Amino acid sequence: MLEDKDRIFKNLYNDLGADLDSAKKRGDWSNTKEICSKGQDWIIEELKKSELRGRGGAGFPTGLKWSFAPKKVVAKPHYLVINADESEPGTCKDRDILRFEPHKLIEGCLIASYAVNAHKCYIYLRGEYYNEGAKLQTAIDEAYKANLIGKNSSGTGWELDIYIHYGAGAYICGEETALLESIEGNKGQPRLKPPFPALVGLYGCPTIINNVETIAVVPTILRKGSNWFASLGKPKNTGTKIFCISGNVNSPCNVEEEMGIKLKDLIEKHAGGVVGGWDNLQAVIPGGSSMPMLSKEISENITMDFDSLVENKSGLGTAGVIVINKDQDIIKCMARIARFYKHESCGQCTPCREGSGWMWRILERMAKGEASKDEVNMLSDVTKQIEGHTICAFGEGSAWPVQGLLRHFKKEIIERNNFDPLVKNNKNIPYLIDQHILEEDLKNVKS
Amino acid sequence: MSLKKVSKEQPDKFEFSDENLNLAKKIVLNYPTGKKKSAVMALLYLAQKQNNNWIPLAAMKYIAKYLEISYINVYEVATFYSMYNLAPVGKYFIQICTTTPCMIRGAYKLVDVCKKNISEKENELSGNKNCSWTEVECLGACISAPMAQINNDYYEDLNAKQFESIIKDILKDKKPKAGSYRGRINSEPEKNRQTLMETKNA
Ligand SMILES: Cc1cc2nc3c(=O)[nH]c(=O)nc-3n(C[C@H](O)[C@H](O)[C@H](O)COP(=O)(O)O)c2cc1C
Ligand code: SF4
Ligand code: FES
Repeated sequence: MLEDKDRIFKNLYNDLGADLDSAKKRGDWSNTKEICSKGQDWIIEELKKSELRGRGGAGFPTGLKWSFAPKKVVAKPHYLVINADESEPGTCKDRDILRFEPHKLIEGCLIASYAVNAHKCYIYLRGEYYNEGAKLQTAIDEAYKANLIGKNSSGTGWELDIYIHYGAGAYICGEETALLESIEGNKGQPRLKPPFPALVGLYGCPTIINNVETIAVVPTILRKGSNWFASLGKPKNTGTKIFCISGNVNSPCNVEEEMGIKLKDLIEKHAGGVVGGWDNLQAVIPGGSSMPMLSKEISENITMDFDSLVENKSGLGTAGVIVINKDQDIIKCMARIARFYKHESCGQCTPCREGSGWMWRILERMAKGEASKDEVNMLSDVTKQIEGHTICAFGEGSAWPVQGLLRHFKKEIIERNNFDPLVKNNKNIPYLIDQHILEEDLKNVKS
Repeated sequence: MSLKKVSKEQPDKFEFSDENLNLAKKIVLNYPTGKKKSAVMALLYLAQKQNNNWIPLAAMKYIAKYLEISYINVYEVATFYSMYNLAPVGKYFIQICTTTPCMIRGAYKLVDVCKKNISEKENELSGNKNCSWTEVECLGACISAPMAQINNDYYEDLNAKQFESIIKDILKDKKPKAGSYRGRINSEPEKNRQTLMETKNA
């Protein structure tokens, strides 16, 4: 288990207060000027050495991303955008940073802006986090008042303004280019990439986009050193991570732990164990709803880091761990997730818009045992037609969880679903439009 | 994609209050010159707040003029995002998260409470017209499931009985306190916390 001294978010549960004075007591803002004075190249190099990977879902190396920003500001200003849209089912970690550790985020914004030549930073906050937004704004105001940000931020000579932009309840705005569209005052529909936002982003200007947690850990990494961060976790999967453990556990919670912690430890030591005991475990979704589920057998020994989860055909995603025990109907659970994706598709790409509806409807019927055996393969086929054929990764996010279900619970689906369109009973099934013809045929056969 | 029903009954006119005009002016300054359009989402929120929790078409026209953009621009934004209410929802708007992590901890029992006490159907005003309810997708508080949002506040760690008493208060125009209904502190595990022990609830 990670030792308390290595935890970055000392105020994760708000034992200590979120205001500026309390934050300073925890070490925030202590030597920001000194850190910046080491220069942009040093900061980016340290981050590369720390092997920090983005905490927003894709796990892209942060130092590398920052190095894509043009080295000099030419014609267009640069922007830093913070992704605080947090809408992935199973995930609620950024919320705690926003309300209890806002100064870590704001200090991180300053260092990041400095490193990528940005004088303006927008924090895109999901609209439902109204109270969290108010707390963040209070912290931003405190930082302005103390000259930590503003005209001469923390005495660095760097000018920085931070604004909150509220979203309004669209999951897709977490996708970075949809988020940019949303800030520009449009519907949140993702853009085709390339060009990537680092070169053509907000208002067509170079833009670096990072998750809240990614930015909030930066000041501590630079303070304690990249070696310290890289010594935690595993190679290429370094540092600490906030895990959210929800679902059928005795004590659902958020907890900061070392990357590469065993999933079973996370559930048993921190979240009070599976409701009904470990043997009552059915499946675990390890990284928010977009990541394929793991069976109980895999969950037994898997470690929680990007690479081990990919090896097991899943992903760390947002580290939102959803525990599902045997009291739940697994097909129904996934049908509800499919409904989420159907509701949230932005509608630009046909495979995603139509496919998400198909998957939802088939799964609803499978949960009720009203599907035919052929449809199991059809469902798998639908997921493959979505995957890789869309503008943004939402397509994969909606298809993978269904593939995960088919991988681990195909037998259950087949056992429950015996519907044969040629079975001769008079059940009225509205989606079989030519049922009446079958019934007519049947009469002829009998007579 | 979410389906949006635009109210059939629409006021003829909408104008920002002086207070909101001032706020609108400030919000526009958050964005670079020539990028006023970026303020559309924030102005829709202002209109929604001023107009008893929903946005009439007249407000969209007003905002379009104010930002010097086309009406359809405002309309497509207002219809794309689920948090803009385009029909009356009452003074108290109750949103129950029923996505899987909440569902497996009993979210649909909360839905039943709403059906019984407020209205059989979603998005329909209660008999006394002071509230309505709807199912929503993940609200980003999954470890506190099941949960519901009432206007701006999160009600967490609920069960059906507690939720029923919350709804009954609301129907009487009283708003009970928000937060966890199992008395847990923020996102810590309720039992057997293992981390940051030195400062625990200091
Ligand atoms: C459909 C979709 C939803 C996403 N939602 C979020 C989100 O809510 N928060 C977030 O930080 N990243 C989200 N992402 C990932 C972002 O596109 C982007 O990769 C991330 O913000 C980059 O930050 P990082 O490098 O710090 O992880 C989402 C991606 C997709 C495809
Ligand atoms: S994959 Fe889906 S969400 Fe992404 S752009 Fe296409 S339709 Fe929109
Ligand atoms: S699933 Fe209900 S808050 Fe996330």
